[in-house]
Order: sequence, then C-alpha cells, then structure tokens
Amino acid sequence: MTTRTLAVVSAGLSTPSSTRLLADRLTAATVAALRERGDDATVEVVELRTHARDLADHLVTGFANESLRAAIDTVVGADGLIAVTPVFSASYSGLFKTFFDVLDKESLTGTPVLLGATAGTARHSLVIEHAMRPLFAYLRAIPVPTGVFAASEDWAGAGGVDAELARRIDRAAGELADLVAGRPAQRRAADPFADVPSFEELLRGH
Amino acid sequence: MQFGVFSVSDITTDPTNGRTPGEAERIQAIVTIAKKAEEVGLDVFALGEHHNPPFFSFFSSSPTTTLAYIAAQTSTLQLSTATTLITTNDPVKIAEDYAMLQHLAGGRVDLMMGRGNTGPVYPWFGQDIRNGLPLAVENYALLRRLWDEEVVDWSGQFRTPLQGFTSTPRPLDGVPPFVWHGSIRSPQIAEQAAYYGDGFFHNHIFWPAEHTARMVEFYRRRYEHHGHGAADQAIVGLGGQVFMRKNSQDAVREFRPYFDNAPVYGHGPSLEDFSRETPLTVGSPQQVIERTLGFREYVGDYQRQLFLIDHAGLPLKTVLEQLDMLGEEVVPVLRREFAALKPAHVPDAPTHASRVAARQHTPEEVSA
Repeated sequence: MTTRTLAVVSAGLSTPSSTRLLADRLTAATVAALRERGDDATVEVVELRTHARDLADHLVTGFANESLRAAIDTVVGADGLIAVTPVFSASYSGLFKTFFDVLDKESLTGTPVLLGATAGTARHSLVIEHAMRPLFAYLRAIPVPTGVFAASEDWAGAGGVDAELARRIDRAAGELADLVAGRPAQRRAADPFADVPSFEELLRGH
Repeated sequence: MQFGVFSVSDITTDPTNGRTPGEAERIQAIVTIAKKAEEVGLDVFALGEHHNPPFFSFFSSSPTTTLAYIAAQTSTLQLSTATTLITTNDPVKIAEDYAMLQHLAGGRVDLMMGRGNTGPVYPWFGQDIRNGLPLAVENYALLRRLWDEEVVDWSGQFRTPLQGFTSTPRPLDGVPPFVWHGSIRSPQIAEQAAYYGDGFFHNHIFWPAEHTARMVEFYRRRYEHHGHGAADQAIVGLGGQVFMRKNSQDAVREFRPYFDNAPVYGHGPSLEDFSRETPLTVGSPQQVIERTLGFREYVGDYQRQLFLIDHAGLPLKTVLEQLDMLGEEVVPVLRREFAALKPAHVPDAPTHASRVAARQHTPEEVSA
C-alpha cells in the first residue's frame, strides 16, 4: 500500500465556510476512492485565510515568510491537489489567485488537481471552466475532467448535500484518485541549482 | 576581512517630515558619507548605478565620476560598485572607465557586476531584459579580454565587432580591478563568478538567510569545480542592513517610519517580521555584532561585509551617526572576532597590492 499526500487549498473566508465544506467533502471522497484503489492518503489542508497577510507581504517583498513557505512546500510537494475557491466578482477570489501567483510557475507541472468552486447562485457555475481551468492549464497541472461547483441550493438536500452534488463529488474524487494512484510514488524536490548549465554552455555562441 | 557601506543612491522623502532632498544635496551627501566611512576606519565604499526615473528616484547614473571625486579626497578607502550594469553598459566603456578610475585611485578600485532588474531601463540602452543573462555572459567575457589582452579582435551577438582594439588606459600595473558578481537569485551568475574565479556578492538584505546560504554554497562548490581553490577559499561578500541606537527600543522607534515607507519592501511586513525573516537588524550595536557574526555560520568564513545605512530617506546627520557607531563600536569587534575564527588557508579579499604580488609570483598567467 502506497501512502499518497493530498494537499487541499481552500480560499473560503467565513467560518464555517461553504468553500471549506466543499473542500472537506471532496477530500473525504478522494481519500475513500484512493483506499478503494489500494492507496492510503495523508491530507494537508491549507486555509488561505490564515495566510492573507503573508501573501500580501510576499507581493511586496518577493519572498515567502516562514509560515507561507510551509504552506507552499505542502502544496508543491503533494501527489494530488484539491483547490476550492469562492466566486468573487465572476471569478476565483483574489486571495486564491494570489496564492497561485506566488508559486514557482513550474512547481505544479504534472500535478493532478481537482477544481471546486462555491457561490450563492448557480449562475456562476461555469467559473471552473472559464477561470480556474485556464489558470491550471498555464501551470501545466492536470485538472480532472469533472469540476465541482456548489451553489447555496446544493447544500439543501438530505444529509446536508444535494444528491446530484454528492454524485458529482464522487465522480470527481474518483477521477482524481485514478490519476494520483497511477503516478510514480515519489515527487521531485524542486531544486533550482540542480540543472544550472555549466558556464562553458552559457558561453557558447558568444 | 573588509567592512564597508554600500549605497543604492535612492532619493527618498523623509517620512517623518515629508522633506525630499534634492539631487544636489544627496550627491554631496554621498561624498560626505564616503569620506566619513574612511575617517571612522571602514575599508570599502560601494555605490550603485541606476537610470530609473520616472520610477523610484536614484541619483547615481555615473559611478566612476563620483568614485573618482571620492578617491581624490580619501587615501585608504577601497572604492567599489553595487552594482555596475554589465547588461546595459557597453563593456568597452566599462573597461576604459574603470581602468581610468583605477589609475586615478591608485588601485583602490574593484567592481561588482549586476544585471539590473528594471525592464524599461534596458531599451533606453538599446537592449532587452529578456536577454539579461546572455548579455551578462557575453559582455563580461568581452570585458575580461579587453583588460587581459592588449589587442582584441572580437565579434559577438550584442555589440559591433572589434578589430585590433586596445582598451585605454591599460589596467594599472597590468592588473585589472578585481570583480565581484552580484546576484540575489540567479545561480547562473554564481556559476559565472565561480568560472572566472571572481568574487560572489549576495545582497542578502531582502531575502531569508537560507536562500543566501544556498547561493553561496553553490558558488563555493563551483569555484572548487573550476579549479580556483578549495570551496572555503572562494571569495564571498555579503550585504547587511542595520540601524542602531544605544538602546534597542530607541532604534526600533526611530527607524520604524523609514522601514514602513521604504522603497522596495515598505508597506508590507512589519519591521519585526522582516527582521526575523531577513538579516535586517534594528537595535543596539551589540545586537548588530551578534547578528553579523551569525552570518558566518551559514556562508562560512567570508571576505567582505557591506552595510546599507543611507536609504529610505534617512537624514545625513543620522547616517553619519550610524557610521560613527559602526566605526567605534561594531567593526573593531567584528574584525577581531572574525579574524580569530578564520583558518589561515582562507584568503582575505583581493586588493590591488595583493593581486600585483600574486602576479609577480606567477608571470605565466599574464594572458590567463
């Protein structure tokens, strides 16, 4: 049995937040789906709310402080990522985007990602497709085909979740588990010094 | 070990009274600061090169002019740059300007190469920031030849070819100024410094210490790889940023508005957070001594320590007080402590005299 690491990034701001609620549902479903595939999972949750000032500081100073560094290391070192944002002004929230802005642009290359979004109305339901997917395409991550959008009305079903939403959660979790369970067990540690060309190569052509 | 100050030459409004010094005032102030550095017993004064308005305002577009003027009024101070733009300056002019300065200053000159990170500056000099690294590589390779060879035939990617060109004047005593390469985050520049056996300077003041440690470790490893000596004999310089008062609470109280509004990092983290995350030390001279001695623990024995003390709108009077404290209370202790810890096989920072002496022992290296 291989143990996989799942990082969960939640950009919800209130407590409790429906964004975190969706993130937790997606996480539980993914852990269960991994177990069905014979893998264990450890889960690391990054609540972006607690890093709001760290992220603003990073924008100004150009480096991540100790607390944010730990969160970034968690996310870039994970075997799979669950990323959930509330919809603000027809897109992901600024806080959500800022976190992905400060990541090294190579750091999520090839990482399977499950995308989730929450809003007060189902009219925002395409935000995953028109805003989140392009962001993760740019990062060369691998978003699973099913994104999970939950509006307020989706939380009204039996057991606190609409049956249709529960089905989407399970389908998306299965897709993420398929990708995570199929990966080689180790993740690369990003080392910017590992592939620096020797100076002879840098000099070539000059 | 050498100790000194480096200035980025910013013209910044004093946030405590809203007063902005004029260019004339800041230019005279920098001369006063440099002379004071020598007077209080520091070894090095380094000046930046910037062409930034209408962005932040910096006065130092022509460091060799300023440094020559300072050289004329000092006798022991080593003059350096922080940095010289190897990307947007013509390497022919760098070769000639700094050889000229070297003669006028009696050899008290070295340089620190930097790329410059302000995109719009590059086109003003006919260049493109996307070529920053290749420009640093090609221009420096040409600069080396101009200093090391009498007559140069050369063609490259970024400059018109040279046929039978001799850079004038020739370096003093046939020994060009020592070169440091400064970079905050590009391992390629550490590799360049290692390849030539030049010095590597890490600015050190904006980023966490672990980052500096990794860059220096990489440079040391590559210095040894390229055959210039053991890793712990590589030539390392560090920046540092300090503000001191006798009582540390007074230092914090006085410096906070300058920190909070500083160009580059102002309006971000608190002074306390930034002091924890970076080498910034605001406190008593004793705290500065302890923090600075700690640098050695993660970069090894090193050769040059420069402090930033005159930025963010600090008034000249305050800067001169900082220099007094550095000279009287901090540097004498650091000199003694660092010297006691340094093994004999670790070299001092190269000077003109030491390089002339080394050249006399190995005459076959004249065209190396």
